[in-house]
Amino acid sequence: MKADRLSAGLIQALLLLNALFMLTPIAVMGLSAFKTNAELFASPMALPEAFSLDNLRTIFRETSFLLYLGNSVLITAASVAVLLVFATMASYAMARYAFRGRETLLLLFLAGLMVPLKLAIIPLFVQLDWLGLIDSRPGLVLVYVAMGLPSAIFILTGFLRALPGELEEAARIEGASEARVLWQIMLPLARPALIIAGIQNAVPIWNDFFFPLVFLTTDRLKTLPQGLTVFMGEFNTDWGVLFAGLTLSALPITLCYILLSKQFIAGLTQGAVK
Amino acid sequence: MRSVSPLWLAFLLAPAALTMLVFVAWPLLGAFRYAFFDFNGLATAGFAGLHNFTDVLFEPPWSAWTFQALRHNIVVFAALMIVQNGLAYLIAFALLKALPGHRLHQVIVFLPVVLSAVIVGFLWKLLLHPLFGVVNALLAAIHIQGPPWLGDAETALPSIILANLWHWTGFPALIFLAAMQRIPAETLEAARLDGATDGVLLRRIIWPLVAPAATIIFTLTFIGSFNWFELPYVMAGLSGAPGGATDVLGLYFYRTAFGSVSSGLQDFGHGSALAVLMFAFLAAVSSVALRLLRRREVDIG
Repeated sequence: MKADRLSAGLIQALLLLNALFMLTPIAVMGLSAFKTNAELFASPMALPEAFSLDNLRTIFRETSFLLYLGNSVLITAASVAVLLVFATMASYAMARYAFRGRETLLLLFLAGLMVPLKLAIIPLFVQLDWLGLIDSRPGLVLVYVAMGLPSAIFILTGFLRALPGELEEAARIEGASEARVLWQIMLPLARPALIIAGIQNAVPIWNDFFFPLVFLTTDRLKTLPQGLTVFMGEFNTDWGVLFAGLTLSALPITLCYILLSKQFIAGLTQGAVK
Repeated sequence: MRSVSPLWLAFLLAPAALTMLVFVAWPLLGAFRYAFFDFNGLATAGFAGLHNFTDVLFEPPWSAWTFQALRHNIVVFAALMIVQNGLAYLIAFALLKALPGHRLHQVIVFLPVVLSAVIVGFLWKLLLHPLFGVVNALLAAIHIQGPPWLGDAETALPSIILANLWHWTGFPALIFLAAMQRIPAETLEAARLDGATDGVLLRRIIWPLVAPAATIIFTLTFIGSFNWFELPYVMAGLSGAPGGATDVLGLYFYRTAFGSVSSGLQDFGHGSALAVLMFAFLAAVSSVALRLLRRREVDIG
């Protein structure tokens, strides 16, 4: 039908326009990283003339980029690991065992989903200070763990509840301890849910700026988004370096996203779709 | 479902429960308590009654700052509701058609979502630079003199909203898409056989059926708009340059609590009062809105 083809054409045009809008800034960022300042100011849209690596060299030699990157990896990995361990333990108990107050406890955990922890930043700050955890990695990690627990428990209890009981029973009959059943039988089965819960928390933690801004002041401890504000200030007028810094900062998560786009999309939209 | 030893149960539950208690429940209670105290640095310095609240609400210059910031948050919310969510709805419908390349488009529209607001903010700040930015270079190519964007009080807030649009549109788009994909194909087919055009489909058939997804998106947009912090912080600075034209509650709260660059003054009392008011406002509006939106789901479903 003619009308159908017309509307299909219109829709393709809309998608193409949108893709252009989404990709142009990223392309400009990536290409500008290889340009000299003179090129950048003269023709911001043109391709780089010589693909100079000077800007990237400056980032690695004159800024703490690698240090910030390392800090971000460390904090994200530690937070997600601790979070998944704590969440799995609690979810397993609430999903597979009968005990009094189970539903109430689960509801209390899930109530955490409604709490905007950012607004409790002042008492959190005072408390971390009191615990001697201000300006330290463990303090930040514990805050992230607390922030992520409700959503991780939500995903994991739902998943663990739905698992069939036969394997578990068979293992018990053979004399396996409760810990062994959890570790060797149930955990491998829960992998898909663990991946979703992991990504759902890893991305916001990796990208977070607010909590490090408040909690970390020592330059040596700063994370990548925070470090970015440091060298964006330092190289204020050196646009080639600025673009190189942005490109390098965006690279790790962009690569992960391209490799695992399905899991990223599922993980990040999960909470909202259910 | 079986019973096990209380010790094993406690071992499993304690780490998560303790973390939540110490780092969520206790601070949350603290937030309410602190609002009624004066502060001297990190220590409380006497009961303040309600004066932290009355100060930020009625006492100039506090009140002027509070309501200016609130006004800007409302503008941001309205713009994102209409433009960002509207665009997302159209993109979701376009993706639903499953035309060639739709999977790639899905990946592309979601790409900015995974980047940090700090990267997005700095990138758009460079792109929107009045003299050397790409946006004005493109406009100049079609003989339009671009505005100074972040440098002008008129265009500064819309500039940051534009960056937000680029950053987040993919998120509601894919949530709408997931909801649309759950509509039975026969329903859409039947409507089409009855002669429904795309416009009619979008307004009369799909819209009511994705109402639950819309409820979630609207609520998240609301909370997100009133927690706006990173983008304005990076693009316009802590004081909401130029001249407070981009000041929002998040920046104002942070400045009050932890001090700005110019004045290192911490004021936890007034900061906490602001936090409590923002929390109460968000909780009240979202619970009323949720109830209305749920009723709407039933009414139009």
